[in-house]
Parts: sequence; structure tokens; C-alpha cells
Amino acid sequence: MKRTALTALLSHWRRHKLQAVTLVVGLALATGLWTGVQAINAQARLSYDEAAATLTRDDLPRLTGPITLADFSRARVDGWSVTPFIEANIPGTDLRLLGIDPFSSPPGGGVPNLSGAGDLTAFLSGDLVYAAPDLAATAPGLLPSIQPLDDLAPGRVVSDVAAALAILERDNLDALLVLPGREGVTPLTELIPGTRLQPPRAEDDLGRLTDSFHLNLTAFGLLSFAVGLFIVQAAIGLAFEQRRPLFRTMRALGVPGRTLITLVAAELAIITLIAGTVGVLLGYGVAAALLPGVAATLGGLYGASVAGGLTLSPIWWLWGFVMAGLGALLAGGQSLWALSKMPVLAAAMPRAWLRARRVSLRRLGFAGLGLLGASAILLWTGSGLLIGFAGLGALLIGAALLLPPIFAWLLDRGTALSRSPLGQWLWADTRQQLPGLSLALMALLLALATNIGVGTMVGSFRATFVGWLDQRLAAELYLTARDASQAAALRAYLEPRTEAVLPILATEAQVAGLPGDIFAQPDHDTFRDNWPLIAALPDAWDRLASGDGALLNEQTARREDIWPGQRVNLGEVGEVEVLGVYSDYGNPRGQAILTLSLFTSLFPEIPERRYAIRVDPSQLEALRDDIATRFDLPPDGIVDQAGIKSFSLQVFERTFAVTAALNILTLGVAAFALWASLTTLGTMRLPQVAPVWAMGLTRGRLAAMELLRAALLAGLTALLAVPLGVALAWTLLAVINVQAFGWRLPLLAQPVDWLILSAFALVAAILAALTPALRLWRMPPARLVQVFSHER
Amino acid sequence: MNVDYIVKVLVAAVALLWSGGSQAQGFAGLGQGGEGFPLPQPDPTFMFPADHGAHPDYRIEWWYLTAALTGEDGRDYGVQWTLFRSALTPDGPQVWMGHFGLTTPDEHLSGERLARDGIAQAGVRADPFRAWIDEWSLEGDTFDSLSLRAATPTAGYDLSFEAKGPLVFHGENGFSVKSASGQASYYYSQPFYDVSGTLQLPDGPIPVTGQGWLDREWSSQPLEEDQEGWDWFSIHLEDGHRLMAFQLRGGAPFTYASWIAPDGTLTPYYGDDVVLTPLATETVAGRDVPVRWQLVLPSQRLDLTVGAVNAQSWQPTIFPYWEGPVRVTGSHVGRGYLEMTGYE
Repeated sequence: MKRTALTALLSHWRRHKLQAVTLVVGLALATGLWTGVQAINAQARLSYDEAAATLTRDDLPRLTGPITLADFSRARVDGWSVTPFIEANIPGTDLRLLGIDPFSSPPGGGVPNLSGAGDLTAFLSGDLVYAAPDLAATAPGLLPSIQPLDDLAPGRVVSDVAAALAILERDNLDALLVLPGREGVTPLTELIPGTRLQPPRAEDDLGRLTDSFHLNLTAFGLLSFAVGLFIVQAAIGLAFEQRRPLFRTMRALGVPGRTLITLVAAELAIITLIAGTVGVLLGYGVAAALLPGVAATLGGLYGASVAGGLTLSPIWWLWGFVMAGLGALLAGGQSLWALSKMPVLAAAMPRAWLRARRVSLRRLGFAGLGLLGASAILLWTGSGLLIGFAGLGALLIGAALLLPPIFAWLLDRGTALSRSPLGQWLWADTRQQLPGLSLALMALLLALATNIGVGTMVGSFRATFVGWLDQRLAAELYLTARDASQAAALRAYLEPRTEAVLPILATEAQVAGLPGDIFAQPDHDTFRDNWPLIAALPDAWDRLASGDGALLNEQTARREDIWPGQRVNLGEVGEVEVLGVYSDYGNPRGQAILTLSLFTSLFPEIPERRYAIRVDPSQLEALRDDIATRFDLPPDGIVDQAGIKSFSLQVFERTFAVTAALNILTLGVAAFALWASLTTLGTMRLPQVAPVWAMGLTRGRLAAMELLRAALLAGLTALLAVPLGVALAWTLLAVINVQAFGWRLPLLAQPVDWLILSAFALVAAILAALTPALRLWRMPPARLVQVFSHER
Repeated sequence: MNVDYIVKVLVAAVALLWSGGSQAQGFAGLGQGGEGFPLPQPDPTFMFPADHGAHPDYRIEWWYLTAALTGEDGRDYGVQWTLFRSALTPDGPQVWMGHFGLTTPDEHLSGERLARDGIAQAGVRADPFRAWIDEWSLEGDTFDSLSLRAATPTAGYDLSFEAKGPLVFHGENGFSVKSASGQASYYYSQPFYDVSGTLQLPDGPIPVTGQGWLDREWSSQPLEEDQEGWDWFSIHLEDGHRLMAFQLRGGAPFTYASWIAPDGTLTPYYGDDVVLTPLATETVAGRDVPVRWQLVLPSQRLDLTVGAVNAQSWQPTIFPYWEGPVRVTGSHVGRGYLEMTGYE
């Protein structure tokens, strides 16, 4: 009997194929977006863990300064367990080259037997490098033969350290990593003069920094999941209502209530299995498509390396199904509950569904207002990233809950104001449909608001960032010499030929107790006029020039709450007064600026190698060529302003590419939800439409009115989405960004984008209404007439 | 990004380089890859001190120092320090490898270093003599008076070696044949060192004295492809004689011994003139290794029983082997060192 009963239940989906598709697609989309985001996060975490065990690891002290391979050898012979390390961009490419010494690198545990002795020969001779497979396929000519390595991050190249020096055409290593276990006779800084021993960077730095990014992704994943669930709940609820007669018949034929519930639950399980499979595959696709972007983002923003290939654990696959099941249960639980409470011979009226759905608007209104209030309290008084996201969630859900009461009120006003009978019917009929559509409209509202909010944030960020770049990159040309002697020659040559030669000096140092950098700045109008200070003492520049304090970057100021007038600890420099705070977008580390004369007296061992050159822009081209022919600068030694700007903007664009992609996916899901709701409602609404048709309205006009109604609802939703989106943008810029990245940005309105998005919502709504409208238009009159004969 | 993985791959490559990749190609790659490298020729003329230095044209070379020692506490100790040089290709990069071994009756401490050539991180200078890798070094004004310093995070030694006799040249004046088909190496030793100094053990320093032996050998393909490993003995007898014996195991076994009089006169013995018989094995690092041997040299009326001071003298290095001090009883009494490779 059970089998027959299950067949009877499932036959519903055969007859309502669209509903089945809606349900599975909705659940699969929800699961897919969520698992996709989780896959990206999991891959990133895996990469961080691996990074912790590799040579790039920051948990080792490192010796920096001018160090050659001969110096490395001397340190080894003195007894130090050090290993050389080079990391630099390959000139003319955006490839990141890592040079290592296979003999002194600490080997790990099990040794895979993957390589022949010939590989070692080629590696040591510089004839072989390792790189990610994508790079291996498109090897640029400047690299020797490339051995693909699956779990290498995109754009990374690993070579022997001597080969790296040859490729980069330089003599100096970047650092010696100091491995634990043994110490030499002579202190390293004495053994290799001019070097400095840097303490290990905080071990969890990378994790802490990137956590915020992943939390961001997770929040997006959850939002997508929620939007997807709106579809699922609508579909399951509808299927349940449409099968009320079937349930009644089955109960009447002797199927026990308990069995029926078990069967419906089994049906949910089957749907979960199908949708879960599709969803997990979808998630894999989403992750695989987005991961390179995420890897680039993390690399650009935090210097974190994430492998470009996906390696997923079985747990991840399992989670996909758990989420699908959870979604199905969340969406179907209410129906199951109703089923268990249903009397044996309950009236089999599908309309009861809509009535039952009409949850008291008042209750919704109160819940929505309560959540908005909670959100306001959280965002204004709380601190911390999690609180920020909680406030964000409360804001979004509260606004979504307020949508039906606001719409009901608006539509009631419309009915009251309307003069013509037809107009009144349209308003009233729309109002009557509201309960069935509100879930889909909420989903649309959330998706639109998210788009507006994130779009506004990115737009504001971009405008601020570009303006900031223009200010900060004031010099026309940036030069890097090979060594101090070349630098001196360069400076002597350029000083009479340019407006200013401004040395750029920096060292790693503790800034407010955390690893950071100290930069030197000569006293020059270039900085006084252009350097963007967001807070400063009145005579900040004069006092900086006299060595009477430091400038601090915004991240450190906000994190440590140190502002102009207070004092900051700069490690070996000691405590200095903060004279001003400057914005420093895109830099996760602490940073401080001292005047050049003070810096050189504190760090005499740091040689001058880089210069910012002020020159009349009309002479720039000639000067560039002149320097290139006269001086043998390293390949990346001459960079003009435009070059740096385009590189910075490229990093910026990558940063938000993933966000944009997720945005569009979420919006797509919402449009799908609207389409599904309108389509199912369309078939159920015949009893309402038929009388109007019978009174003489043509099917064409009725169909047009359907479209108009959809456009009206979408337009109203978009109208509500704009203020919500702006609130979201404000939260992201003023709360989340400050917590996640350490900088605050001004909110810049993007009305054109909002208009475009609203238009998109209208088009989406009209497209979504097109199927039911077309069906109505083409409906044989006989079916409309049937409505009256079926009237119960 | 997984640099760790690359390091592992490269270390695997180093291991393969030394081990030859499979048993069929002999231990430590000594049975393969002679192409393009010069081969040792009979009747060599050695030039000293130059020949104490490196011969980079040849594929493989080593400076192999062992010392059988007695501590102030009366216990037996053993010290091994070896510097290997390997040319990856005739004109290509060279790799240096250093091995550290310190054996007590109940402990075996080991260490290993690798280095590239060309940056003076490791190398050998002939005059004044200095062989080094990282901070490990064996050096002295002449080859007759050397000091050895090396340490790992857990153990170390600081020893001086004073030669009480001349260099000896194995085989035919230093041309040492290693198989019936003529594979050979250049091979000479200084077997007459008196040793004194200090061992740094995990429990503290121990002053020691004893006898040392330094082997110098270079070649390009000293083994037959099917020779899978060797057993090598260096023995200081109490009557002042020295004995070096080895057998190469595998498809074409090959046995040899040098009988060295106290004045340095060397008599070579080949084949059945030397009989090496395992008496007892022990499980070492998961394999059966003979740790007790009978060594018979009938023409010298020599019948020795050679037993390991510590049966677990296992060097767990990139290519692993057994290397440790031995006690000698039987027709003569003495002590020495035993090295066994190629046991799986």
C-alpha cells in the first residue's frame, strides 16, 4: 500500500512538471551557491594551512638587507641554519617568482618519489621551474621549461634561488630565513653588515586578515541560500495545497495519517537527494569559476597565496546534502506540520492556502520594526565584525518582513484613490495576490538591496581609491637602482635635470606592537600639497619635517584608536607623537612615516635605492629614455605614475570581481523566484480572472494587466530597495569595512546604477510575468467558462 | 602555494641521485651514470697535497673519516664524519653532502647536510687541508694532523687526529678494482691516526681517545649494475697491523682485503683469499642486517669475529645505511668500523 500511496503522491509532480522543476532548481540553487562559497573558503583555508608549512611562512625570523649567495654561504659556514629566499615579480609580467634553495629548505615528512635525478640537475641549472598548470600551458618565453604543479597558486613560479637571481637579473637575495635549531658563532647582523634581523610576523596575521573576507563570502552564501529557500518554500507550500484533495482521498481510502506523513517526508528526502546532487555539482562549478578571482583577490589584498585548483574533502560534499536537506526541511516543515494537524475530511480548497498564508500583517510589521530597531542598536553601539554582520542581517530581514505590510497599505491606498471600476479591481486584485507573491517579492527586495548596497560600496570605494591614488602618486616617475652606488650616480645625474628627486626609504618595524613598515618622507611640497590626511594637528607638516613626530596610517589609527596628539610605539624608534593620520587603502599592515633626516639617522644601514621624481610631464618621455640608455637599471627599475595606477586599479577590480559575480547570481535567483510564484499563481487565479473576462474584458487586456501588475509590484519593490540598499552600503562602508579592512570610506550615491538596477527589476518582473500572461491570453474561452461550472 | 612539496620532490631527486633509483642499479647510484665522466685508469700517480682536494671531473668522491674510541668512562664510542661530492652531469651542477654519526653502546646519533657547489658553502681545499660543509669541518696544516668539528642539535664532537704512519694505497697502488669486469676507483687511506678529543653527548661531554681511519676515494662508476651493496671493514689490531676488507654483494660478488703492516706495507688479497661470513643478524630499521661477522684471511692466519658495539647503528639519511664501531676478537684482538649498505 505504501508503494501505491507514494506513487500517488509523486504523480503530482508528473502532472505539475514546472512545479517540480521550480522546487528542484530552487533547492539546487540555494545549495549550490552556499556550497560554492564554502568550497572557496575551504580551499583558501587549506592554502593558508599549507602556507604555514612552507618557505613563505611568516613565523620565522628573517634577515633582510643586502645579502648575496656568498653571504648566505658564510652564514651557513658560521653555523647558522638559514635558507635563502627571493620573492619578486618577474619583470614585464605579473608572475610572482619564488626562489628557494632545495638543500637548506626544511623538508617535510614523507618524501614522494615523483622526480628523477634529471629534474634536480635542470632545477639547479635554472632549466626547470615549477608553476601552476595554467601557467605551464601558456609559458612565456622568458622562463625555461615549466613543470606543472597542481596546488601552486596561479601566477606563482618556483625556481632555484640562483636561477631566480639570474631571471631577475640581480645579485641580492630578499632575505635569509632563520630556521630554529642551531645558532652560529657570530651574530648574523655582524656577519653580514648592513642587514637587519626581523622578528617573525604574527602567525595568525594572515588568518585574521583574510577571515573578514571569508566572513563576507559566507554572508553572501547565506543570503543566496535564504533567497533560494524563498523559492523552495513557495513551491512546497503550493504543492501541499494543491494536493489537499489527494490527501483527503488517501486518508478516506484508509492511509493512516502517520503513514501519510512518513510518505511526504520520504518524498522530501527524494527531492533533497536530487536537488542536493544538482546543487553540489552547481556549487563545484560556481567555486571552480570564481576561485581564480578569489585567489587573485586574496593575493592582491593580503599577499595570501591560494592554489587555483579545487581539492575538496568528502565532508564538503556531505555538507552540500545536509544543507539541501536542511533547506527542504525548513521549507517543507510547515507543510508537514499542517498535514499532521489536518482533519481527515478537511475541505479540499486550495484557496485555503492563500488564506492561511495571510499571516497577520500587523504581526509581520511589528517583527520587521523590531528587527530594524535591533539592527540600529547593534550597528550604532556594537563593535566587531560579527556584530556588524548580525546588524546587517537584522536590517535586511527586518526590511523584508516590512515589505508585505507596506505593500498592503500602498495597495489599499491605491484602491481607495482609484476612480474607475477596472482600476479599483486591478488594485484590489493585486492586493489580494500579495500573500502569494510576498515571499518572491521579499527575495527580490533582498537581492536588489544587496546589489544596490554592494554596488554603492564598490562605487564609493573606487571613486575614493582613484582620487586617493591621484593624490598619493603625485610624482611622475619612480626609479629603483640596483644598489647604493648606482643610486648615488642616478641621484647626482637627475638632480640638476628634474624638479625634485625624492628618496623613498622604508624598513619593516613594529608599529603599535604589530609588524608593519616605517617609511621615510623628505620635506617637500609634493607631500604637503598632495598627501591625504584624514586627521591632523594644525602644524603637522612642519613638526614632521623637524622630526617631532610621525604620521600614522588609518588602519593602525582605527585598530589601536591612536589619533593625532596621542603617542604611538614604533618599535626600536620608540614612542613618538602622532601628527596626522593618512588613508592607506589596500594595505593590511601598520605603517608610519618619519621625516627623511630622522629616518636616516635611526636606520643608517638602509641604503637609498628608490626615488620618486618630479618632472615636467612634457619632459617625462625624454627623461625616461635618457635614464634607460644611461643607466643599467633593473628591468622593473623605471615605473611611471600611469603604470603604478593601472596596476593598483587592476588589483582593485579583481578584489570585487567575485562580489559582483555573486551579486548577479543572487539577483538571478530572485528573478527566478518571482517567475515561479507568478506562474503558479497564474494557474490558481482563474476563479478571480474568469468573472472579469465574463463581464467583457478581453483576454488580451487581462494579460496586459497581468504584466502591468508585475511591473507595478517590481517597481514598488525597487523603490523600497533603494533606501534599504543605501542603508546596507552605509553599514558596509562605515561598519563592516572599518572592522574588516581598517579604513572608512565616504558614501557616494550612485543614482545611475540604482536606476539601471530598478530597470532591471522591472524587466525581470515583466519577463517573469510573461509566461502566465501569455498563457492567459491564449487560454481557450472554454477553460474560462469551466471555472463557473467548477465553482464550488 | 606549496613550496614544501617542491622541496620534498627535490629531496626525493637528491635521494634518487644517491640511491640510483632502484636496487638493480646498485647502492647510492654507484652502478650507473658514468657516461661522459672520466674513468679511473690503472697505475695512477698521486700528487700530494693536491690529490687530497676535490676531483670535480669525476662523478663521485668522498672523504670518509671513522674513529673507534674509548671514553674516560671506559665505554666504547664511534665517530663517523663523511663529506661526499657528486657531479650531477659532467659539466653541470655539483652537490655536496655531509654525514655525521656518533655511536655509543646504546645510542646512535646522526646528522646530514646538503649544499650546492660554487658558493663555498661546502668544499675541499688541499693545502692547507680543509674539508667543510656548513660549520662542519675537517682541517689541518697537513693531512697528518687534522681536527674535526661537527655538531647536530643533540650531539657533537671536537677531535684531533695525528697520523702515526704513512698513507696506504689499496688495490694496485691506489687503483682499486670493484668487480670482475673491471669497475674501479682511486682509493687510498690514512689508517694510522691516533685520536683524542671530546664528544658532546645529550648527557654531557665525554673525553675520548682511540684510533681513526680516513678513506679517500673517487670514481665515476665503481660498481657493476647488479651489485646491490657492500660490507666494508676497517680494523685496527692491537699488534699494530691494520686491515681493510670489503665485499660487494649482488649478481657478481667481489671480495677484497688490504693487509697493512705497522710500517705501512700493504698486501692486497682478492676473491677466495678473503672470506666474510655473517654470523648473526638483527632487525635494524625494519630490515635484517648482519651485525656479527667472521672475517678469515688464511694466508695471514687471521680468523676474526667482528661484532657491533651497537647493533642499531643506523644512519637514517637520504640514502640510509648501517655504520658503526666494532669490537674484534678471535685470532687477533682489536677494534674498528663496519659499514653495510644495500640491505632492504
